[in-house]
Amino acid sequence: METVLFILFGAIAVCGAIMVVTRKHPMASALYLILTLFAVAALFVLRQAHFLAAVQVIVYAGAVVVLFVFVIMLINVPEDRLPVERATTTRVLGVLAAGFFILESAVLARRFSMPIGPAAEVGTVETVGRALFTDYLLAFEITSVLLLAAVIGAIALAKRKI
Amino acid sequence: MVNGILDYLWLVPALPLLGVVLNGAVALFAERPFLLKEAGLPLPGGHGAHGHDTVSASHGASSHGDSGSHPEAPGYRKLVAFIAPAVVGAAFVVALLCVLSLASRPADGRTFVQILFPWIQAGSLLVPAALQLDPLSSVMALVVTGVGFLIHVYSVGYMSHERAFARYFVCLNLFMFAMLTLVLANNYLLMFVGWEGVGLCSYLLIGFWYEKQSASDAGKKAFVANRIGDFGVLLAMFLVFWTFGSLSYTEVFTKVPLLRESGVLTTGLATAITLLLFLGATGKSAQIPLYVWLPDAMEGPTPVSALIHAATMVTAGVYMVARSSALFLLAPDTMMVVAVIGAVTAIFSATIGICQTDIKRVLAYSTVSQLGYMFLACGVGAFTAAIFHLMTHAFFKALLFLGSGSVIHALSGEQDMRKMGGLRKYVPVTFVTMFAATLAIAGIPGLSGFFSKDEILWQAFSSSHGSPVLWVVAALAAGITAFYMFRLVFLTFFGESRMDPEVEKHAHESPWTMTLPLSILAVLSVAGGWIGIPAVLGGNNPFEHWLAPVFHPVAAAGAHGAEAAAHHPAALEIGLMALSVAIALCGIGLAYFLYRVRTGKPAEIAKKWPTLYDVVYHKYYVDEFYEWAVIRRIVNVSTGLWQMFDALFIDGIVNGAAGLVRAAGDRVRRLQGGVVGGYAFSLLAGAVLLVGYILYRSVVQ
Amino acid sequence: MIAPSAYLLLSAILFGIGVVGVVTRKNVLIILMSVELMLNGVNVAFVAAGSYLGDPAGGVFAFMVMTVAAAEAAVGLALLIALYRLKETIDITELKVLKW
Repeated sequence: METVLFILFGAIAVCGAIMVVTRKHPMASALYLILTLFAVAALFVLRQAHFLAAVQVIVYAGAVVVLFVFVIMLINVPEDRLPVERATTTRVLGVLAAGFFILESAVLARRFSMPIGPAAEVGTVETVGRALFTDYLLAFEITSVLLLAAVIGAIALAKRKI
Repeated sequence: MVNGILDYLWLVPALPLLGVVLNGAVALFAERPFLLKEAGLPLPGGHGAHGHDTVSASHGASSHGDSGSHPEAPGYRKLVAFIAPAVVGAAFVVALLCVLSLASRPADGRTFVQILFPWIQAGSLLVPAALQLDPLSSVMALVVTGVGFLIHVYSVGYMSHERAFARYFVCLNLFMFAMLTLVLANNYLLMFVGWEGVGLCSYLLIGFWYEKQSASDAGKKAFVANRIGDFGVLLAMFLVFWTFGSLSYTEVFTKVPLLRESGVLTTGLATAITLLLFLGATGKSAQIPLYVWLPDAMEGPTPVSALIHAATMVTAGVYMVARSSALFLLAPDTMMVVAVIGAVTAIFSATIGICQTDIKRVLAYSTVSQLGYMFLACGVGAFTAAIFHLMTHAFFKALLFLGSGSVIHALSGEQDMRKMGGLRKYVPVTFVTMFAATLAIAGIPGLSGFFSKDEILWQAFSSSHGSPVLWVVAALAAGITAFYMFRLVFLTFFGESRMDPEVEKHAHESPWTMTLPLSILAVLSVAGGWIGIPAVLGGNNPFEHWLAPVFHPVAAAGAHGAEAAAHHPAALEIGLMALSVAIALCGIGLAYFLYRVRTGKPAEIAKKWPTLYDVVYHKYYVDEFYEWAVIRRIVNVSTGLWQMFDALFIDGIVNGAAGLVRAAGDRVRRLQGGVVGGYAFSLLAGAVLLVGYILYRSVVQ
Repeated sequence: MIAPSAYLLLSAILFGIGVVGVVTRKNVLIILMSVELMLNGVNVAFVAAGSYLGDPAGGVFAFMVMTVAAAEAAVGLALLIALYRLKETIDITELKVLKW
């Protein structure tokens, strides 16, 4: 059962990703990105990481991509003025290199393996919460500062007049 | 043994060095700002009125003693005028006391070495900075300091109109320091330091009026000709060190008989060493082939010509050969070369002297000729005679030069003898003293030159290294010497005045600072030879006895001179003496005939044999020959090397390297296109390669 | 049971596709979205590894990555807006002032 679900959601994720990368209009890419994010969330659930899946949907799909959509609408480049994509040498090489990278990763993955077993409850609310507020407290606090910086930075950059 | 005053031997070279420092301070801090202000140029440090960057020294330097007087003579000149002669005078006094102290020792103990500091200690090369006072260096030191002192006093008067007064005395004192280092050194290397030092000072002083092109060219010529000789001395020093393991005189010369016995010091090696030393001597002492710089050196001020190019620097070569007499006596081939070159130079330059019209040039060629005599003496093994002639020559040649300077001063710069005449009523003291010197150089019996020159002639004839041919050549040269010297005297002091009327109006005798040294030197020219009166004339030759410890132990090693001479009858010696005097008198008579009686005759002779006259007048075109044969070739080779090797190859490499870097940079910069995607690709490619490498390592392993 | 290497492979594929997007596309918006893709791929790997190894750090890391990704997306888009105002273009091949 698990295998079937894995393959299903994995395929959706991969196809979604490919569509994200290949669309002409950014809006289409954004929508496919949402699809991919949802598929990944499902994969998280498969590994008993419920909390993370929820955060993925709420934050990633629900906020970040929405932000993307806002910006796309704000910028509003007309269809005819969108950048034309050509297949240059660098690009072809880039695709090839990425392919190589995936292959290498596959080989690596086979070699440096982990014990097969039932999914430990790593991504649940309890586990993440406990870890976050005890072992990784500093990281948590710094992340809050990081978010503050990001907020201020985003506002400062996007304002018309400071 | 208590050394007493000898412990202060170091003062002899140190006092002139002190003069250099003091006068140098004056020249730098008092004279230079004064001269710069005069020329209207800014002082370094920006006090000047104009904003120019260029700084040059005195601008309108006066040429030889012009008669224009200075508007104001700044106070520093008096200071320099006192310090410069005073330090040399003090050095003379110390030298004299040291020599007297040395004389009080027994005859075989008259070598005093004073080590100042261990100068070079490099493996097996140990060269201390040490001074040696023995009979030979004592004669040299006294001559150098004594005559040097008189010339310093004379210079105060002669250069009184000169703007760069302090600079002159700095150079002159520096010369004294270098020369005294040369003669008092106890090893070849320190002597060489002095050797180079006098070469440097000669350059500085010949080119003293450097704004004049001919003067600076002459300075360069002197330095380059000397340098060729210096190369020979260097090579000789290397060979000496390699053979003897040391460069110090005492060690080398005591080892000579030992190494001779053991076969290490072959005749070939000795010949090589001595020929190289002699090459250096031909450069410094102006013999064939390197004499060409000395006549040009007359561009310098006259006291410089007197000091450097008559009495001291040019004698350095003779001193070095005499000092190395132990080595020379082991190489009969070199001795022959030395004697022949000495004799040929003597007669060759004498013939040039008879046609010269510049009073100083005549004296310059005369100096070359007399130096030839000294080398002739060395070449036949008569080192004592060479040093004797060196001493008497210093007296009368310095006097002749200083006298000519006095004449030039009186005539406001005129040096051409064709524009002189009848001067004896204008400059009587100069006339009397110069006449005395002329008698001495001509070899008139009783005066100093007679005894020294005759000693050389006799040794040239009778020594085992000598030959009658050498005597004939030398005697002829003596006759020619007498001729051109009296020609000089007659043209300058006697006869109708051919002077420019304006010049004649201002003709005056020189001040006491100039005439006093002249008088002292005149006394020495007359009486200076009396310490060397030979046995055959009734004297007991104290001079030869004084120098005997230096030369005679050496003489025992090679059959020579003293014993051979004893085999000739005294009558032969007296007969030859009379013959040489007769030849000299013929020369004087001929000069009298041509320049007092039939004064038109010289011009007639010149017209009758125009080619011969032309060749002799132009000094046998030697300079032109050197220019064509040597200088032009070297310049061509240098130009070729410059164009081919330097400009093409070296510049090619250097510029090529730069060009390569530029081309590479040009290619490499295109990596940064500015498009972020490209950068990302680079990152990706790098990551792929890295991971691939890790994988490869893990798989292979 | 699913082999953990499967998850890692999936993660690599997502990451690789994201990289292709960054290297290849000219539209800045799509590049930014590709970056989000890459981050997602990494998150999959983190969660999978954490769950198979029983280490809570996997989950925490993934959480941090999400946070950072959100911040970075916000700032990146703000930059994009500012840049668009200046240059009137969202084609990154036009934005190449910083070259050689």
